[in-house]
Amino acid sequence: MSSPTSTSSSAPLLSLRGINKSFGAVHVLKGVDLDAWSGQVTALVGDNGAGKSTLIKGIAGIYSFDSGSYTFEGQPVEVHNPKQANALGIEVVYQDLALCDNLDVVQNLFLGRESTSGIILDETTMERRASETLKGLSVRTLKSVRMKVSSLSGGQRQTVAIARSVLWNSKLVILDEPTAALGVAQTEQVLQLVRRLADNGLAVILISHNMNDVLRVADNVAALYLGQLAAQVPTSQLTHGQIVELITAGRSGDIGLSPDKEVVA
Amino acid sequence: MTTATAPTTPEEIDSDGALSGAVSGYIARLRGGDTGSLPAVLGFVVLVVFFSATSDAFTSKLNWANLLNQSAAYVFIAMGLVFVLLLGEIDLGAGFTAGTSAAIMGVAMTQRGYAWPVAVIACIITGAFIGLTIGILVARLGIPSFVVTLAYFLGLQGVLLLVIGEGGTIPIRDETILAVNNNNLSPILGWVLFLLVVGGYSAVTFGAMARRRAAGLPTVAPVVVLAKVGALAVLLALATILLNQERSVNPALNSLRGVPLIVPITIVFVVALTFVLTRTTFGRHIYAVGGNAEAARRAGINVGNIKVACFVIGSTMAAIGGILIASRDNSVSPQSGGSSTLLLSVAAAVIGGTSLFGGKGRIIDAVIGGLVIGVIYNGLPLITQRAGIQFIVTAGVLLLAASVDAIARRRAAATGR
Repeated sequence: MSSPTSTSSSAPLLSLRGINKSFGAVHVLKGVDLDAWSGQVTALVGDNGAGKSTLIKGIAGIYSFDSGSYTFEGQPVEVHNPKQANALGIEVVYQDLALCDNLDVVQNLFLGRESTSGIILDETTMERRASETLKGLSVRTLKSVRMKVSSLSGGQRQTVAIARSVLWNSKLVILDEPTAALGVAQTEQVLQLVRRLADNGLAVILISHNMNDVLRVADNVAALYLGQLAAQVPTSQLTHGQIVELITAGRSGDIGLSPDKEVVA
Repeated sequence: MTTATAPTTPEEIDSDGALSGAVSGYIARLRGGDTGSLPAVLGFVVLVVFFSATSDAFTSKLNWANLLNQSAAYVFIAMGLVFVLLLGEIDLGAGFTAGTSAAIMGVAMTQRGYAWPVAVIACIITGAFIGLTIGILVARLGIPSFVVTLAYFLGLQGVLLLVIGEGGTIPIRDETILAVNNNNLSPILGWVLFLLVVGGYSAVTFGAMARRRAAGLPTVAPVVVLAKVGALAVLLALATILLNQERSVNPALNSLRGVPLIVPITIVFVVALTFVLTRTTFGRHIYAVGGNAEAARRAGINVGNIKVACFVIGSTMAAIGGILIASRDNSVSPQSGGSSTLLLSVAAAVIGGTSLFGGKGRIIDAVIGGLVIGVIYNGLPLITQRAGIQFIVTAGVLLLAASVDAIARRRAAATGR
């Protein structure tokens, strides 16, 4: 398999090499390599069942990889549960956003990690930090940070979920199909937000089925095909059609898995 | 979607329009299905007017104090149920938890001769233990709380019978326990209480406002807070004046005046439990589990522990409710905490605005709803002696409260609140 083409001169923040993962007899990830750079959006694409979810759940510590190296900030690390991933600065925004409808924006942003003074919740600090974080992300679509999540639109909820992931000095944010359920205008807002995360210096891994989204915001594209990494190449070197070929056939011209490799797999 | 540069609360409007802004904001919330305690307050007013018109005895001075003492047990059990209901769970055994815990207290005092503090501690431990076992069965084993507590409803009824002995009753003679739900504060102490409550409330609200202002956060206009404090002061002053009047039939023989002792006791519990629910991490996590247990779990909250803790608090409050029942009845019998106690307590919490679907509710709901229940329970026998009608009316009120809850929820879903 071709190793990922370097898309940046600097060393990657996250680097996976030769990742394998099986569930019983099913070999889901077969020697996958993946890099993510600070300040860049890495799109992770692939058809249903290609192994995208398993890969990000492994990065987030929900599953342990069977074999392969997991390097973060140049150091080999062991990530076997979500807490270890959070401690490294890795946050995942899942497709079902996991927000509490009956709580307001501030309460959701700090859920499970509330600021306190003594035993009392420090509401003013939390509200100020929430406002600052949202301002830092140039979020202007929320009327008040004290609005209940149940009264927010889909795009606003996505914004809250993403803001929660960057509140904790995170370095790598993984977004699982953030625009899947959104309308045109809201998709646009969320994509701008995703771009801003990277521009603020975070590494972003974006899972998406929408090629237009990928071409709009991603700096490089990693395509998974039947549990293998077909290729990781800069977006500028790819066309819409080539990405689709990588997803559906595992190769496109010179890029991707070589035919004999595929037979072995 | 508006594009304000800085997030501001809807209430932050220039001071001229502050009051009308607050009012229109409140109306908008009502229309959105966020009814709060409004149905309960309206129900209270309607019921008081109705019973006043149909029964002379209802408006007697004696009856107002009676009402508070009669409602107290329901209010306490309901305060505990708020914790359980916030999770979206139910405790059908709360009534007999109250009865059984009170019976343990009665046996300790009357039959074993222990002092009242020992008996009260035994009572509270009984309640906490019952809650712990319910919580473990629900949270760890995953049995629906409906089934677990239905079993407790039946089982605790049996335990109560065994503790008391078939057909018997345990008399309560301890002065302190009897005082809890029968005695009154002196008129002077009543006014001290009034000052403490109004002063404390304004200190807390204005303090919070000052802190937010200091932190540069948007605040509610002072005039709105002043209006709230003023309304509370007027209401409580009227109640204190009413309760401080002589209500004994024969004042020379036995003077009966003042705010019932149960009122300050209730206020202490309301303040303490409200603090736990709204100002601590634990309380925040209760709301989170009730709103979206999966989100709470992913946020690192131990959902099982929260559930167990809520059942322990619920049953402990029920045990304290049991003390109030024993104090009021001067005894513990196999019927203590039975009959409609549980239904009335659930109704109290739900009428006050606590949702049966979880995630929404306040401690004060239990008090407001408990007063509504108290009015019905107090007023109905003055109109009709027929037990059948009383049961039917009580059932109707519970269904009505649950309907209001369900409709509010649907409206909330429709308007996205």
